[in-house]
Formats: sequence, C-alpha cells, structure tokens
Amino acid sequence: MKTTDIAVIGAGPAGLSCAVEAAKSGARVTVLDENLKPGGQLFKQIHKFFGSREHRAGIRGFRIGQQLLEATERLDVQVLLDAAVYGIYEDRLIAYITDGRDHTIKAKKIVLATGASENALAFPGCTLPGVMGAGAAQTMINVNRVLPGKKIIMVGSGNVGLIVSYQLMQAGADVVALIEAAPKIGGYGVHAGKIRRAGVPIYTSTTIKEVLGEEKVEGVITASLDEKWQHIEDTEKRFEADTVCLAVGLSPLTELAWMAGCEFTFIPPLGGHVPIHDRNMESTLTGVYIAGDITGVEEASSAMEEGRLAGVACAESLGYYNEKQALALKNEIWDRLDALRTGPFGEGRFTAKLKQLEARRQLA
Amino acid sequence: MRVLHHPILGDETRKIDATIIVDGRKIPAIEGEPIAATLLSAGIKKFRETQKNHKPRGIFCAIGRCTDCVMTVDGIPNVRTCVTPVKDGMIISTQKGLGEWGGKK
Repeated sequence: MKTTDIAVIGAGPAGLSCAVEAAKSGARVTVLDENLKPGGQLFKQIHKFFGSREHRAGIRGFRIGQQLLEATERLDVQVLLDAAVYGIYEDRLIAYITDGRDHTIKAKKIVLATGASENALAFPGCTLPGVMGAGAAQTMINVNRVLPGKKIIMVGSGNVGLIVSYQLMQAGADVVALIEAAPKIGGYGVHAGKIRRAGVPIYTSTTIKEVLGEEKVEGVITASLDEKWQHIEDTEKRFEADTVCLAVGLSPLTELAWMAGCEFTFIPPLGGHVPIHDRNMESTLTGVYIAGDITGVEEASSAMEEGRLAGVACAESLGYYNEKQALALKNEIWDRLDALRTGPFGEGRFTAKLKQLEARRQLA
Repeated sequence: MRVLHHPILGDETRKIDATIIVDGRKIPAIEGEPIAATLLSAGIKKFRETQKNHKPRGIFCAIGRCTDCVMTVDGIPNVRTCVTPVKDGMIISTQKGLGEWGGKK
C-alpha cells in the first residue's frame, strides 16, 4: 500500500498552497484530485486578484495557478490526478478510484481541501438547458473558450455575478441584465461600476418569475420584490435571452468530512454546515485538517492562506518544524488572513470565522 | 460558438483536429476539450431527457458535480460530458432517461 506523510485532497488553491507549504518543510506530500488537470477553479479566474501585494493582488488567477503548479514540481510534491477519493477510513486510510480501479493510500495527516459547488435556484423553467451556474459559464468561456449563449441574464450581484458578467462580455456575449433580489448590490463597487459603464442594467429588488422555452431558454420574465421578498404585482418585465447564469452563492463540499466523522457547526454566512476547526485548521478528528471553501465559502486568496496554515501545522505536528519556527510562520499567515477579512465586505466573514473557532473552544 | 479572440487570453491557438458524431451528426472538435464544450460550440444545448417526464437537461455546474450533462458516449450511458475529454471519432447520443448500455435507444 502507498504511504505518505501528508495527503491533501483537492488540487485547487487551498490544496496546492498547503502542499507547497508543507513540502517546503521537507515533508512528503501527496495531492489527490478527481479532475484530469490540477488547479481547481483558479484557471478560470482571468481577472486580477484583490488585496495587498502579500495576497498577490494585481496578478491574474490563472497565473497564480501556474506558479503553484511550478512550485509543486520544484518541491517534488506528488500530484495524483483522475483520483476520486471516495472514502476515509480509520487510521487515515484513503480509498480512491483512478481509471476505474481501486487504490488506497495511508497518510499520517490528511488535509481536506475539497472546495465548494454552486447553488441552484428554484423557479419555473429552472431546469431548462441554458440555465447554469455563473461559474460554469466562466469555465466554458475562459478555460474551454466556448460561449454558452449570446444573450445572458445574470442572477446575483455578488462578486461572482459581477466579475463573470464582465468576462462574458470580454468573450463576446451580450449581458442583457443583471438582477439582484436584495435591495442593493452585493459585490465590490469597482466591479459593478465596470459592467454599468459597459451598459449592463442592474436591477435590484428583482428576481426571476419564470424562464420561458420548451427545449431551451428562450426568454426570461422578472418581477420586483417588496421588503418581504414577495413578488409585487404588475412589475413583470420580459427579456429576450438564451442563457441564465446563477451567481447565488456556493456550498462547501463537505461529504468527505461528514464521512470521516468531523463535527460540524451551522453558520449560514459561510454556506451552511461547516466542519469545526481550530487555529491550526485541524478538524475535531486528530490528524484531519481542512482548508479553503470546505471550511466556509470565501475566495481564493483566503483559501490559499488557510492551505498554508494547514501545511505548516501538519509539518509541525510531524516534527518537520519546531514549535518556534511553526509559530512564526503561522502568525504571519494569520496576520494576512485577518487582513483579508477586514472592511465592509470582509467583516461579516471575520465574525463568522470567529464563531467557527468559538465552536471548537466550546467543544474543548 | 468559439471564442477566437480575447482581450486577456489572446487569440485561440488550438486547431480543430477531431470529429465527434452526435446523434449521427458530425461535429468538429478539439481533441482533449470536454465533450460539453464541443457541443456548446456547435450550439447544442440539450444533452439528455429525464426518465419520467422526458424533460430536456443541459450543462449546469461544468465541474462534474451535478450530473445534469450526462450522455451516452461510445455505448456507455451516464458519462459526465463536462469532465470527459473528446477523443477523435467518439460516438455520442442524447441520453433518454437512465440510458442503455451499448447505445441502443
């Protein structure tokens, strides 16, 4: 049976950052990912990242992905692709399938960095071909270079909705309108400004009433919402559209953490049920760590910092770093994480993450 | 429709180098791209029909999670087309319900 010091499940921003950080200490690291290519969702992020220089602001997401992959190669991290992990058993035995065959690997430490998946939204016509996740559309235009449609209605004005609207236009689509159920725009003003200047109308307090079409999306009827989120009569508008993109949040992919027996807490701003962890990113199971969107949905920059934190903590507990070395590294990472969770947009996440850590303290 | 020019990504450098057959129709493709991408490039949006009510379904998540985009590929039903790479000569059919092995309908 294969063995490794640290098995990281998920080769996205959190998993790769974790692997790189842990490998720097001298630990043997194996990354498993079900996809055929590593990088998770980084390669569809063609925009420049936000934050300060330490957060690699100003660098486009796919370049960060390339840098991480180069680092894994330089540090001899083993990356197993087409490796779908389906079970975590006692004593950190991991079972996975590659090319239709069963394999196992035994790890001294496990890091779950499985990410998140897009939420759906229910309305008449929501299952018609042409209704898709905004991230799905982003994958199609930026990774696969095909347009999902020509006339797009975007639902949701968080950063995903705003950024993907702009990127759909860069790819040559027409974004007919962006609608938002809340009374105000959810994402950064700078992103909203960009698409407004490009002529995209943003309708707040507005939702989809119905998507029209038999075999595919042919039109969209919207309606205004009152302060109790109820449709206001006679406010319907009809749009010609062939695609509806849903940017209505993500949910952590927590199946493996549930299966392994991690304890959870319920924090809606983080995406619902999230595994409880401590300041080392260790879950309630000894030797099982979590990092990135599985711990609560944020964005790639904080996912990478959480990955590094888990990487250092794993290396420390395996003796690759002494307490002093590890503490210095962890403090630096925590400073950067705290900085990412400030301001009008970060504060809510800061409070939510405190609640998650508090749940850990209450268990202790 | 393919994105041939792009302000950030630049011009498309890959070439059409494969053909897949979808419900009997030849579709030009790029070897290695997801099947779903080839279909979208040809304007095909309906990938399957549901078992009971025969309702159309297409791409939803594009990351292999939701299984809305499954089709019958080379006789194997329920293949996730958003994460399965194109190989030249693949034979693909719109899946009816749960599909059938061998590609019969």
